[in-house]
Amino acid sequence: MTQNHQLMAAGLHLGYADREIVSDLNLNVPAGKLTVIVGANACGKSTLLRGLARLLTPTKGAAYLDGKPIHQMPTREVATLLGVLPQSPIAPDAITVADLVGRGRYPHQGWFRRWTPEDDAAVAEALGATDMGELADRPVDELSGGQRQRVWIAMALAQQTDLLLLDEPTTFLDINHQVEVLDLLTDLVKERGRTVVVVLHDLNLACRYADHIVAMKSGKIVTEGRPVDVMTEEVVREVFVMNSRIVVDPISDTPMIVPIGRHHVEKAVA
Amino acid sequence: MTAIDASNIAGGRHQRESKSRRVTLGLVLALVLASAAALTLGDFPVPPEEILRSLFSPLTGITNKGVDFIVLQVRVPRLFLALLSGAAFGLSGIIFQTLLRNPLASPDIIGIAHGASAAAVFCIIVLGWTGLAVSLGAFAGALLTAFAIYILAWRNGVTAYRVVLIGIGAAAMLSAVISYLFTRARLMEVQQAMAWLVGSLNAARPGDSVVFAITLVITLPLLVMLVRGLDGLELGDDTAHALGTRVEQTRLGLLVTGVALAAFATAAVGPVGFVAFVSGPIARRLTGGAGRGIPQAALVGALVMLVSDLLAQHALPNMQLPTGVVTGGFGAVFLLWLLVVSGRSGRVN
Repeated sequence: MTQNHQLMAAGLHLGYADREIVSDLNLNVPAGKLTVIVGANACGKSTLLRGLARLLTPTKGAAYLDGKPIHQMPTREVATLLGVLPQSPIAPDAITVADLVGRGRYPHQGWFRRWTPEDDAAVAEALGATDMGELADRPVDELSGGQRQRVWIAMALAQQTDLLLLDEPTTFLDINHQVEVLDLLTDLVKERGRTVVVVLHDLNLACRYADHIVAMKSGKIVTEGRPVDVMTEEVVREVFVMNSRIVVDPISDTPMIVPIGRHHVEKAVA
Repeated sequence: MTAIDASNIAGGRHQRESKSRRVTLGLVLALVLASAAALTLGDFPVPPEEILRSLFSPLTGITNKGVDFIVLQVRVPRLFLALLSGAAFGLSGIIFQTLLRNPLASPDIIGIAHGASAAAVFCIIVLGWTGLAVSLGAFAGALLTAFAIYILAWRNGVTAYRVVLIGIGAAAMLSAVISYLFTRARLMEVQQAMAWLVGSLNAARPGDSVVFAITLVITLPLLVMLVRGLDGLELGDDTAHALGTRVEQTRLGLLVTGVALAAFATAAVGPVGFVAFVSGPIARRLTGGAGRGIPQAALVGALVMLVSDLLAQHALPNMQLPTGVVTGGFGAVFLLWLLVVSGRSGRVN
């Protein structure tokens, strides 16, 4: 459906005020793949995503979209190529689902070009993909947390961009909804050749769904690659400062991290 | 995945648009009725057909000096001033409330009106100014206060929360300045300053509306250009940015427009309380999530102002109240109602 756009970071430094959070980071986001960024709290994964999405201006280096520094490109133009779902979007009071999802069409509308059948079709498609069609005319503030999250994803989908960046889209969701969201993102990648980057907390789901996993610690990439190649007990120890055992996920044959704490360790740990 | 028919989406959108149109139409009707009442009512009753004749007398040449003076020199200027200042207050209120995502963040709460007041009181008491000079002083005061709040709230960009807090602080400080000026003034000047502070349309002159109309003509296109940016800004800065909104420029542009509208309205009629504060929430309630409610807020503002002024003039026999007293009373009741309703449903707007 779309030709693939290339997103990368070179020598990227990001920070707030005088605090540097991401330092000298290089990353090539593989096109047409699902990339998952993992790491402990405050390792800079959300900051990296904001930098890649030009929501944060780098202190040094840059993120590049198709070879151009993304924060210097016209922001409207970027918005037609790259969609972002930030961590805590705000739903205006009393707005309906369809209306909110329709806001995703903003970059495609000019001052004079307003609503077109194309916009309606994009909203319909986004609502269908997220299974929110039935709730289209309901106010967002009457929905459950899981439904609300899907509305936001639908808004990002309605933007119809080749690249989609999502910051912890599964937070506040039950396990079944988490799996649903990741299945949906996988559909986008597999069926439509989109490039998706997600920050995730759940390591096992990350390992199962990622084509490409990026493990971060203290603002640097520790390792990246296919989960089956790079997720080792040493990597988990370094990234999360925790011992673990890696077994094979019985469902997907991907690495599955079994954490080892101080209690409930019945079998001897080698 | 389930397939959704795009025509359903279009249908829902048309429904929302038609609801928003119905609300607009209803408000315009109410305004026409209230305007008719404003032209007819008074110590010197003029029948409707005489009003119409008088309104068209410059075209038809059929004049009646006494009636024409009452209608064209007294009632029409007052009506226009009420409509224009009300609309300006309403617009400025909803711009601030939407932009700062807080129904309390209207210019009469976050210090802009206080800035105008403090400047006006300073002009009256310390400089001994009167009339148009005081209005200009109030205008400058509003702009200066807004600028100071923006600078103080700036830290790598401006967050809504900081603007509201600093604005409320500025309001308190400026109130203190007004109180201090009062303690230094003579009784006559205090009376004059108080009359200005309550806000009134008594001093409406034909020229006021013209100046005002010119301001609106300048600010409205700017507003139309910027208002689409609110669609994004409402969703949070990151989401707005992600959707391709130029966040800082749009916000600054909207703030300047909102401040200019509030400043002009305050300079013209004084800090008539609560009109800016109530218009947005009322408009949003009427439209019920169908659209942003911005044109409706302007209409609600004009209606509140006009009806309050009618009540102020005619509610009590043999006594005229300042318009600000009525809007203040109305605003207080509205605030209580808002608290009760939001306490029940858990939301504020």
